[in-house]
Parts: sequence; structure tokens; C-alpha cells
Amino acid sequence: MIETKNIDFYYGDFHALKNISMKMEANTVTALIGPSGCGKSTFLRLFNRMNDLIPGAKLTGECLIDGQDIYGKSVQVDELRKKVGMVFQKPNPFPKSIFENVAYGLRVNGVKDRNFIKQRVEESLVGAALWDEVKDKLKKSAFELSGGQQQRLCIARALAISPSVLLMDEPASALDPISTSKVEELIHELKRDYTIVIVTHNMQQAARISDKTGFFMLGELVEYSDTKKMFLNPEKQQTQNYITGRFG
Amino acid sequence: MEKQLKHTEKELVALREEVTQMWQLVLSQLEKAKQAYLDNDEELAREVISREKRVDTFELKIESDCENYIALFSPVAVDLRLVLSMIKIGGTLERIGDFAESIARHVVMDGCRGITQELKDKLSISNMFDMAISMLSDSFVAFESENTKLAGKIMQQDEQVDALYRGALDVLAKYVAVQPEHARCALETLLVVRKIERIGDHCSNIVEEIVFYIDAKILKHNKGK
Repeated sequence: MIETKNIDFYYGDFHALKNISMKMEANTVTALIGPSGCGKSTFLRLFNRMNDLIPGAKLTGECLIDGQDIYGKSVQVDELRKKVGMVFQKPNPFPKSIFENVAYGLRVNGVKDRNFIKQRVEESLVGAALWDEVKDKLKKSAFELSGGQQQRLCIARALAISPSVLLMDEPASALDPISTSKVEELIHELKRDYTIVIVTHNMQQAARISDKTGFFMLGELVEYSDTKKMFLNPEKQQTQNYITGRFG
Repeated sequence: MEKQLKHTEKELVALREEVTQMWQLVLSQLEKAKQAYLDNDEELAREVISREKRVDTFELKIESDCENYIALFSPVAVDLRLVLSMIKIGGTLERIGDFAESIARHVVMDGCRGITQELKDKLSISNMFDMAISMLSDSFVAFESENTKLAGKIMQQDEQVDALYRGALDVLAKYVAVQPEHARCALETLLVVRKIERIGDHCSNIVEEIVFYIDAKILKHNKGK
């Protein structure tokens, strides 16, 4: 389970997240929606400490994954990132073979057992619904894959190190409808084994794939509730204005 | 300065306008059916019958336009509730239109001239008509003004129409016992009274849809809870 308690986050003087408290249950998909600059991606990146290196960034409050404060002094960031995988907006395969892209995380973590790596690569590609399409060309460059396949390869790469949490920052925004549908179906399948948090600008995508939705605006969590409720009867007028396109 | 509507909002406004026009038409049909029935005015009755096709056309148009809106604009929240409620309201208005037409047909049918004004008064038919018309008109105001405060009043009127219907049953039962030669006519009159009572029920259904659209509350099958 992921939980944040009274999170405030600053980029220098800019107060990007304001007192965010949120609980995300294990094996659920949580969608974060809101206009550009509302803080949803900043919030997402807290969970694998990707904001740490930004100059002037400051965080207060608690961010817990499975009860552990991931900003605690004893937490090793590389260990945390084994537990929390991330998929980005644009597919970003490494300039390596399909096989080596998926094996990369295992190798940098010191895994040398070739059979284990082979087995894990296959499992991850199966998990990312890509195995059937690439099993006969594992040695080919990842760049030979289509955009949708590359994105699923990146998901497979994230799965290879067996995380428990998967963060996705607009994972289908650069994909065509068929690839989008495959990624969405995959997200639906993956929640059996992972806790997924996804940032999306596509309202219908949030409605289709998530169990809960959080609506952010100007750094505040305006509303957080079951997705069905959010899209049929949101509590707040601001949420209604945003999701019905009357925002602004 | 007037707020510039987005094109999705304009589509919704146009859809609402269609529902408004249908509502006005059905209301006029019901008022004319009442007048035709109470005055035995065959000409007016035939006008109601001939205009029924327009009601049907409205229903099909609204249904099709709502389907298109859902397919093209993927509405959510209050917009989705509005579109869903308009589909149901369109269907319900069509049924009310059917009843108005059917009442008008009683006027043009031969063989039921025996019913006296005195009996009509005893049955409170005029009163029932007025209540049904008021319910339909109030529900229109509730929809237009997005105000659910009228819902309670309309539901209450439905109970009054039901009570008048039950009273009319007793009156007609006694009438048939005394004048069995007019039994067929009494039965036809009962059908008319029953239709007005059903119009009241349909107006209540419309109110349920309006409450769903505005307050996102489900009243259906929830009476007395």
C-alpha cells in the first residue's frame, strides 16, 4: 500500500504540492488527472524519489510504501527503485537488443545467473504482453519495434526487477489507438500483481482503467474517490468543470 | 457579456431544446385531449390523433441525437446524467403522448355517448386531467430551472391522482350496478380514467429522471424507504 501524509513539495519558492494526503491500496490502479502544471507528475515522481536531484526541491510530510517512509534516512534510493518501477510518456528503450533491454535492470543489480536472466526476460515479456511478438527476434535492436511495442518493452524492463509498485507517466499518450488499447489491457492485467499509479491527460483512459482517481489542481488534491463516482457524480464543482471540459 | 459556449455545450443546448419542444407538444396534446373529452369535441380529438406522429418523431430524434452525443463527445458527470435522463424522458413523454391520443380516440369512437355530465363530475375526471397537466407542466419547470424542489409537490400530486382513480372505480362500480345497460360505456370511461392515472405515474418517472440528472440521486423503486 502507498500512503502520503501531509506532503508539501517546493521547487525553490514554488509551492508545487500542498498538503497532499492519499492512500492507494495494493493491487489497484490509481489515476492522477488534472491540468498541466497541477502537480500530478511531481506527485508521481515522489514515489521513486525522482525529484531528489532537482536543485532547490524540498519535501515535507511522509511518503510511505508498505509502511516504510521512503524518505527515511536508512532508505537506499537504488533499493527503492527496485521496488518501484517507472514507465514514461515516450518509450525510451536503450540502444541495445530487445533481450538486453529487459535484462538490463537485472545485470546492473548484479545478477549473473544466465538461466535466471533468460527466464526472467521471458516472464517479463510475457507479463508485458509482448513475448509472442518478439520471441523470435530477441537479439534484434529494440529500435526496430513499433512505438507501441517499444512502450510494452519498457514496461517489461520495469517488470524484470520484480517491483511491487509501477508508476506510469502518460504511458499511452504517444501511442496509436490499437497500441493504447494493448497497454490499457496490460495495465488491467498487471494490477493483479502490482500497485499501479498512472498520470494521464486522457479522461476516458482514467475512467476505463483505474479503480480510484485523484484530481489535482494548482498543487492541491481537489478530489480523490472511486473512479465510477468521480465520473458520474463528482463531489466538487471544480472536478465537474474539469472532467466535463468546462474548466477555465 | 454573454458567455461563449463551447461546441460541446452548444450540442447539449440543442438537445435540451428538442426535449423542451417535445414537452410543449405533449403538454398541448394532453390539454387538447382533456378539452376534447370533456366537451365531446370530435374535431379537436382528431387533431390530437393526427399530431401524435409528431410526438413519435420527436422521440426517435432525441434518442438518436443522444446516442450520437454519447458516441462523439463521451460525456461524464452531470453531462452524462443529463443525456441519459433525456433519453428516458423522451421515451416517457412519448408514452404520455400515446395516452393523450388514446383518450382522443375514445371521443371519436361511437357508442359511448351515454355518459352524463353528472357522472363525469362524480368521477372528478376534469380534476384528474388538471392534476396530470399540472404534474407535466411542473416537471417541465423543474427540468428547465434545474430545480428539484418541485419534485416533492409532483410526487404528492401523483398520490392525489391515484386516490381520485380509486374513488372513480367505486363510482363506476355503483353506476354499473344501477345501470347495467351502460356497462360498456362505463368500462370505456374507466379506461380513460385509468389512462389519466398512468399519465400521473409517468410524470413521477420523469421527476425521478430529473432528480437523477440534477442531484445524482436514485428515487426509483425507493418509495417509502
